[in-house]
This record gives sequence, structure tokens and C-alpha cells, in this order.
Amino acid sequence: MAERSFAREVEDLRLGAGEEFRGEGILAITKALLQCGVAYVGGYQGAPISHLMDVLSDASDYMAELGVHFETSASEATAAAMLSASVMYPIRGAVTWKSTAGTNVASDALSNLSSGGVTGGAVIVIGEDYGEGSSIMQERSHAFAMKSQIWLADPRPNLPSMVHIVEKAFDLSEASNTPVMVEVRIRACHVHGRFMAKDNRRPAYTLKQALENPLRDVGRIVLPPASFAHEKLKVEKRWPAAVQFIKDHKLNEVFGPEDESIGIILQGGMYNGVIRGLQQLGLSDAYGNSKIPLSVLNFTYPLVDSEILSFCAGKSAVLIVEEGQPEFIEQAVNTILRRADVQTRISGKDVLPMAGEYTAGVMQKGLIGFLEKRAPRLLGNRPPLPDPSPVLNSPEVKALAEAVPPRPPGFCTGCPERPIFAAMKLVEKELGPHHVSADIGCHLFSILPPFNIGATTMGYGLGPAAASAFNVKADKRVISVMGDGGFWHNGLASSVGNAVFNKHDGVMLIVDNFYSAATGGQDILSSRASNPKRKTNNSIVNAVKGIGATWVRQIDRTYNVAEMCDTLREALTTKEPGPKIIVASSECMLNKQRREKPRMDKAEQDGERIVRQRFGVDEDICTGDHACIRLSGCPSLTIKHTGDPLRDDPVATIDQSCVACGNCGDVADAAVLCPSFYRADVIRNANRWDRFKMKLRRAVITWLQKRRESRRIIFERSVG
Amino acid sequence: MPELASERPLTLAILAMGGQGGGVLADWIVAVAEAGGWHAQSTSVPGVAQRTGATLYYIEMLPPRGLEVPVFALMPTPGDVDVVLAAELMEAGRSILRGLATPDRTLIVTSTHRAYAVAEKEKAGEAIGDPRIVNAAVGVSARRVIAFDMEAVAKAFGTAVSAPILGALAGSGALPFERAAFEAVIGAGGKGVAASLNGFAAGFELASTNELPAARIQPEPMVAQLPATLGHAALDRSLERIRALPPVLHAMALAGLKRVTDFQDAAYGNEYIERLLGLYRRDCEVDGNAKSFAFSLAAAKYLAKAMAYDDVIGVADLKTRSQRFARIAADMNAASGQPMYLTEFMHPRAEELVSLLPERWGRRVMANVKLMARLDRWFNRSRKVETATIRGFLQLYAVAGLRTRRRTLLRHAVERAHMEHWLALTTQHLDCNYGLATGILSAHRLIKGYSDTHARGASKFDRVLSAVPLLASRDDAGQWMTRLISAALKDEDGKALDGALETIRSL
Repeated sequence: MAERSFAREVEDLRLGAGEEFRGEGILAITKALLQCGVAYVGGYQGAPISHLMDVLSDASDYMAELGVHFETSASEATAAAMLSASVMYPIRGAVTWKSTAGTNVASDALSNLSSGGVTGGAVIVIGEDYGEGSSIMQERSHAFAMKSQIWLADPRPNLPSMVHIVEKAFDLSEASNTPVMVEVRIRACHVHGRFMAKDNRRPAYTLKQALENPLRDVGRIVLPPASFAHEKLKVEKRWPAAVQFIKDHKLNEVFGPEDESIGIILQGGMYNGVIRGLQQLGLSDAYGNSKIPLSVLNFTYPLVDSEILSFCAGKSAVLIVEEGQPEFIEQAVNTILRRADVQTRISGKDVLPMAGEYTAGVMQKGLIGFLEKRAPRLLGNRPPLPDPSPVLNSPEVKALAEAVPPRPPGFCTGCPERPIFAAMKLVEKELGPHHVSADIGCHLFSILPPFNIGATTMGYGLGPAAASAFNVKADKRVISVMGDGGFWHNGLASSVGNAVFNKHDGVMLIVDNFYSAATGGQDILSSRASNPKRKTNNSIVNAVKGIGATWVRQIDRTYNVAEMCDTLREALTTKEPGPKIIVASSECMLNKQRREKPRMDKAEQDGERIVRQRFGVDEDICTGDHACIRLSGCPSLTIKHTGDPLRDDPVATIDQSCVACGNCGDVADAAVLCPSFYRADVIRNANRWDRFKMKLRRAVITWLQKRRESRRIIFERSVG
Repeated sequence: MPELASERPLTLAILAMGGQGGGVLADWIVAVAEAGGWHAQSTSVPGVAQRTGATLYYIEMLPPRGLEVPVFALMPTPGDVDVVLAAELMEAGRSILRGLATPDRTLIVTSTHRAYAVAEKEKAGEAIGDPRIVNAAVGVSARRVIAFDMEAVAKAFGTAVSAPILGALAGSGALPFERAAFEAVIGAGGKGVAASLNGFAAGFELASTNELPAARIQPEPMVAQLPATLGHAALDRSLERIRALPPVLHAMALAGLKRVTDFQDAAYGNEYIERLLGLYRRDCEVDGNAKSFAFSLAAAKYLAKAMAYDDVIGVADLKTRSQRFARIAADMNAASGQPMYLTEFMHPRAEELVSLLPERWGRRVMANVKLMARLDRWFNRSRKVETATIRGFLQLYAVAGLRTRRRTLLRHAVERAHMEHWLALTTQHLDCNYGLATGILSAHRLIKGYSDTHARGASKFDRVLSAVPLLASRDDAGQWMTRLISAALKDEDGKALDGALETIRSL
């Protein structure tokens, strides 16, 4: 079950010719795949392409109807390998993942795939996770295209263009026997727009047909001598075929006047930013009518030399707008011009930054820099540009930098991973700090305040692998963390298997929240929900024991901080050899609430007996030290200023959003903090027995309270 | 080539925290524009920021122009934004820091409520971002501002903050669409339509309000008008003695009297006033009037806290009061017919147990290390007490009952000794160094919490006072004490404090 339901989006997938699709870019691409007659789709979820996976898994019935096989791949490597169905058979297939993280994982299969080549169209939709909002290292997928001779599309970021390019990508793949990557950046994936839909196509050749009529061709297999032939094929046949196809079908676009002496060559994905920049300089309007010639590369690899040459012909200078590093396109264009002895001057990274996203401000500076250098006349009387600097330089705004706190992502309210790291912090207080090797997933938020736990992260499912060197006798053991997502992605073999085989002496903490949570709560092998289309409920504990782990502890309620502490302490101190594996399991609260909250509300309305729970802090007892917050960071555990003149500091308080996970109470108890926390349980639609007990208890308690309070002076405490 | 069209898109930026529904708000706005025949585009970069982090959604829109399709940008240009919608006060500040707001054109619509960031919450003292700075920044960076507590409005109508924000946007007239168009879009949504519409309407009505906070914190500490009587003859004499004090001390002295009396009894409260007057007289002798009685004010505050220290009896007392039961029931909106049960999370150690013994026994037990260890093994464990059941209530009720004997118990003796030493120290320095003496009183702020937390606070208190001899001869001793105290509150283990102490030694 993904984090949100895509029921409505699934309906959009059914749109036919002449109907208008309105929605997110990545969903438009999903629709495009069906319009292309794909027979299978796979991939691994992750921002910004999770929605492609989520909507297809919600649409599985329709997929069956359409004869499309969809599966959630175990990893990007699995997804890439899946494309081998298109090697021998005229079957169209598509896979997707987040790049470059996912492409790194997939590259083994990709190299083999592109070496042998494909028969059916093989398209890889990669969410280029670059710039603001990115959660990974800043690299370019372009390099993978170059090294493996995979074609790379970078369409203009509007729905019609993206859909058109995806459709053409399949044709190109078939015309050149080469897989094609379609690169879409974060904002393009989430852009809302519209396009005219076409009817979906059933696959022309089905997987069933293939299975029943198997083919093989040893010439397609990467072994000498074929492997050498493949390389020749790539450069002598497939590359020229691709260039010809891109040219014939005008997949790259040219805009603007022909008679201008300068021009701009840009990645398709940069188009909207360039137009806006030119518009602000008075050189374009909001409808893309540019006074400067634009050569838009919807395919950034391979380049079409003749197109580059004809665009540069007669131009004194051309700017290349190419995001990221190194400047592959700029280098290539220079080579092309050199070889043809064309004297056009090339600008690029000399006026635009080598590293970092091309934000509006950056783009503007770059364009001005280029024009000032090569064609100042075009800047004309220089209309005033949008400029926040007077505001930003005012003392009032400078002062803001102090007042506005950073707000990085963190654990959600009631997150079951919070108590795990609270426990680690408490044990750290006893046994001192340890080297902690972190992984990828929500649990990586532990590196931020208030926990500040975690030294390195080397990749998905590689937390414990990244600790493997620390397998020597020492007074402290290395601790490594890994999520259930990473565990099944490749952690079982690369991390656990490796540790068992090498008798690693470290502590391995596997955070099991029942989902691939950080990517949107998709099901994985060990998910506890029963999923009719998948086999879930496969125990992580059995898996690690299955490959030989002996010291394994399962914790079924991570909120039990005391038990977490004891188990960690034991793991760090036991004499037993081999990896000490703790599987800490509790359901992701975001997903749990999505299911439970409506159920509870309905039950209450239907008059069923339910118990509403929430935690609270007695503000008269809280002394405002906030030690509890330093061990929690829960959004619902916050601070509040009382009107009490005797208080200097705000007290802790728990707001309405509390889901009564129990972390506060258990932490306060395990850390011997303070007695201000309480849990209140209110019984709605109480039955007779409930009410009888209540009456009895209240009678006694009220009498005792009256008795004492009548004999003393009491003042209402805090005013807040 | 065609002449360039002059239209420029209307641009909106939404700044929200993950989980606040910024995406819903963006979808609503786009839907309204498209329903009005406009072209509209929204983008965002949620990523993991969906997990409580700061998020930005960006919208551009243009009216139709023949068959031409506009090319919208995917991110805002600083200085080129018409409307900023901020779902929390500091996010409005963030939008300004990002250069999204400029006085020539930007309308800022922001909620004034605060959701404190971890960086603000985790500090041992008071470390929230000052809302007045945001207020001032908005003043220089917005053409117009709409600001009110949209979170509160949303709560009142049982909806999300995005509803009143959309209402305020509609009411602002910044978008050329009728109110009905907005309501139609909300109505088309799935669940919670009625609540959303109410929240929207409320926001719409408030679209001309600007309630940016003018004060650092709400509510500000009140300045009390002294009442005619406290309703207890035993206390009214003390009340009169407070009345005789300079007005600047009234609020604090009254609060102190109430706290100390509430902690123990009227006699104890009167003793507080007795001691306070003693300190006040010393203050007058050294011309405290000229310093607007800073010393007496600090005394009124911290003497009360020193006398009404945080102990097990007090905790049990507060947890068993009828007041508390009523307050929590209201907070949980539990009707009288609905049973409510309470679970207290306590973890008393041997120390707490022994602190309840009569002084002489207590000291003996404390001295016996072996016995203490055994007691700790036997006693030190988590105790979840169910205060709303008779059994659980009686446990705490019994402990609270020790209040009448409190002044004969070990803990009281310890606190007493500590207080006397502290008061002696401050009065000793009062004659020659007013600032230092006041600082010594204020250092009591560091003593807070229970068990380990209390021990940590006490040690910080001692370390701060360790600087007193070094500062005795300096006129700026007062400022130094203030610096030391705030340093002590910066981090848990007092690293900042050690640093500050180093500096002082090097003076």
C-alpha cells in the first residue's frame, strides 16, 4: 500500500483519443508508456518517480486488462535486467528509477543490455534527482549514456513534449537496437499540465508469445568474440542509425529567427528556464517567441553533428546551456566545430557555473554574461530586472538569518524509529560514543538534531557493508544501521551475508517499519499487510538466520525504549562472535494512521466503544529543561510559554497531533527524566460496566480530593 | 518574427512544512485558474521534505491568448513573485530570506502561528526565533500583508490550514476569480468538504487583517493588579506587606506568595514574604531604587522557586488535585459521561525514597553506600501509576499527604542548607557589587528538573557561582553572570559554560 491512493489517477490512465489529460508530469509519462504498447513495466520507487510505480500498482487490474505485466522490482539492477525481455523479442518494455543513485545500481545490467542490443523498444525513465529537493549525491546520468552507448533524451519540461519524446524513444530504440534513457528532472516530474491523450495500445507481441516461441542468438551474448563485435556494432551501425532517426524525425527543435548572429544550444530540460531568462531581458515573450535562435536538444546523446553545424553556421557565438558537470555537451560541440573548422565561438561554463542547479537567478546571470561578451547590443536599453538585493541587504532582512530556524526533514509524529535512536543516545551516555555506519532511508534523519547519530552513508543496503573494515579487536564495537527497504534491496547479501561470512564482530541494527517508507510507503517482502498481488510477510529474522546469523534479536515494539536499551547494551557487550543483529520492528506511523484514523472515527460515529489516547505534560511539574525533546524531536512534543511570572523558560507540551505512540513516556522513564508525562485514555461510547466503574472510582477520588483540598490553601498554578 | 507579447504570468509561491497540505493548496489554486479558462502550472520539489521539512510549491498562471500556449518557469525568480502563501510564521520569514518577497509587488499571506523547529525546542532554556524580526522584515519586503492565526481558524472548523489560507487569498482579490469559483473547487474535493468550506469562509472574512506578533512571546507575563484580598485571613497580612512594596515588585511577590503557600501552607508563605522583605530592606540600603530594585525583583522570583522546590511530594500533590483532573478532561474534551484514565510515567530512584525520610534517618541511610545500592536495586524501576483508579490514586495521595511533615524531612533540610548558603553569598556581595549579587540570585534559574536533570542543573549552578570570587571586583560582573547563565543553558553538558568560565579566568 503506497502512502496515498491513486484511484483518480488510475482513471486518467484510461483516457482515450481526443480526451485531455490533466495532471503531474510523471503520470503523463506513465500514460505515454501505455499509448506506446508496452508489454511490461518495472522499476524501483524513489523520488521523483515513485508516482509512476504507485499509480501502476494501483492500476494492476487495468494493466491485466491491457495485457501489460507490471512488477515492483527488487532493485534498479533487477529492473534493468528485466529489459532483457526486449533483447530477442519485438517486445516493448519500460523501467524506471531515481538517478544517478539507481543508475549506479543498475549499471551492470545496463552495460550488458546495451552491448548485446535490443530488438523491442527498451525505455528507461530516469528521475534526475538533481538540485533543490534532491536527496542524493549530485551527478549526471549523461556519463552512463556515453560509456554504454545508451541514448539519452532530455525533453522540454511540458507534458506534450515529454509524452511525444517517450513515444519517439521507443521507435528510436527499435530503429537503433539500443535502449533509450528518458531523463526528467524533479520539477518536471511534479509539474502540473495537460496534453491530448491517445488510445492505449495493447502490446503487438506479447510475453506469452515469446515464452511459447523461444529464440536465442549467441551473437547477442556478452562473451568473446561477440563482445568485440558489439562494440563495432555500436559505433558503426547503432550510433549512425540513431543520429539518422533523430534527424529524420526532427526530435531536436530550433526556435527563433534565422538571421541572428548568435544563438543558444540548450538541453530540452533547460528550455523553460532559458525562455524566462530571455523574457526578463526583453528578448522573448511568455509564449516562447524568442529573438535569439534556440537549438533545443531533446536528445542530448548522441548529438547530431550536422544539426549542430548548420545551427552554428554564420553565427559568431553560441551559448551552451548545460546543467551539471562535467560539460560533456560543450566539449562535444567544440570537437564537432573543430573537425569542421567552423569558427563560431562557444560559451558555456565560462559564463554559467560548472556545479549546481541552473536556478532562475543563475540562468539570468549566465545569459547576461554571454550577451555582454558576444552581443551587448541585444541587451538594448536594459529593462530593469527583478532584483531582491535591496530587500536582502536591508538590516531588517539580514536580521532574519538569526531568527528563522533551519527546518530539515525529520521523523514524523509517532515515528517508530525515534525510540530506536533515543535508545542509542541513552546507551551512548553509558558506554560512550561509537562509530555508527548509517544507510539510506527515513532512519538517516538520525544524523540531524536532536539525535546527531551516524558517521557515514555509503548507499542503499550498504550500512553494515560500510562497517566491514571495522572488524578488529577493540574496546568498542561498530554499530551499523539499515532499513528494511535497504535490507531487501541488497543488504541481505552485501551487508548481512558479508558480515556473517567474515565473522564480523559489529552490531547491526535493522529498522523494520513494514514498508519502503521514505519512498512513499510501498510494500516490500517483509511488509505485514496481506497484499493479494504480492507475497508479503516474509520475516527478516528468518532471512538473516537463513544465511547463518546466530546472534539475532527481534524487538516487536520499538517504543519499548527500555528493552531497546537493554538489547543494544547486550549486543555491544556480549562475548558471542559474529554479527550481533537486532531487528527492530514497528509499523511506519504515517501509513498506520492513514489506515487507523478513518477506521477509529467511523467506529466512534457508529457508537462503538473505542479508547482515545493522547500523551500530555503536567506543565506545573515540567521545569523547562527540554531533556525530553533532546531525546525525541517529535513534531507533537513542543514547547509553550506559560504566563507564570516565576518561570524563565517555556515548558514542554504535547499538541493535538499526538498519536499516543508511547515514546514520550517510555523515554522519560528509561532516561529517568521527570514525572511530568502522562497518558490520558478516554473511553468514547462507554458501556454500562465502564460507567459503573467510573462512578465508583470518581466518588472515592472526589471525596478524598475534597477532604484534602478543603483543609489547605490552593492557587491555580500556571496561567498559560 | 512576431512582436513580443507583453503579458507576464501571475506568480505564487507556497511555503509550508511537510504534512501541512501545501500540495492540496497548490492543486486548488491551479484548479481555480483552469476553471476560469486560464493556463496554470504548479511545480514542487517535495522529495523527503514531505517529512516535516520546509517545502516550496510554485505556481504560474496566464489568461488565454488565442491558441498560444505559455511557457511557464519551473521555479520562482527572486524578486518576481506576486503572492507568497506561508503556512507558518517562520516560513514567511524563509520566503523573504529567499528573496521571494519584494515591496513593489508581493502580497504576503501568512499564518502567525508558530511550529517550533527542533533547533528552537531542544535548547535547555528559551531559544525561540523572535517573531518581531519577521514582523519587521515583512514590513520592508511586502507590498501588502494578510496575517492571522490560520492554524487556529483551521482547528476551529476541524480542517487543515490550507483552507483558511485559500480563503484569505480569495478575499485578498489578488486573483481575478470569484469567491464562488474557489468554493466550487473545494466542493469538488473528496472528504471534509463542509469543514474546508467553513475554514475557507473564515479566512475570506479575515482577508484584511494583519496580526503579525508585536511581542516576542504570547502571552506576555501579566502585571498583576493586587487583589483586595486573597480570601484567606492568614495571607492577607502578607498581601498588605506586598502592597507596601514598590509597584515594580507587586506581580512577582504576589506570584511568589501564592506559589510558596500552594506548595506548603500559609505559614510558609508568610515566611517567604518575611525573608523577601529582609532582602528588600538590604536592597534599599544600597540604593536599589536607582536600579529599580532589580535585586529585590530577582529575589522575589528565585526565593519563591528555592522555597517551593520540585520534590516527590509536590509531584504527587499536583498529580492528585481535582483541578488537574478537570484540566485534562477539558483538554481531551471528555464529557462527564466518558470515563477517563490517567497513566503517570514515574521512575523514582533510591535517592527520592530516602529524601522522604526524617532528616536524621535519611542522612544515616545516605551515608551507608551498601544499603543505598541495595535500596536502589530494590526500588529503582519504572512505575506506571494509574491515577484515576482508586489503587493508583491512593499511592500518590499518600505520598502527597507527607506535605504536612515535609519540613522535618531530609530533602527539606538539604534544600534549606543550599538556600541559606546561596542567600548568604548574594547578601555578602550586595554592598559592594549590586550586579553580581543580582546575578547570584538569577543563577538559581539553572536549578531545574528531577533526578539526573536536577543533578546536572545543580552542578551548572555551582560552576556558575564558582566564578563569583573572580568577578567580585568587576563593575561588569552583572553582565558576566548573565552571560554565564545563558551559556549554561546552551548545551546539555555545559561545554559553552566551561568556555565562558575559561574566558573569565583569563580576564
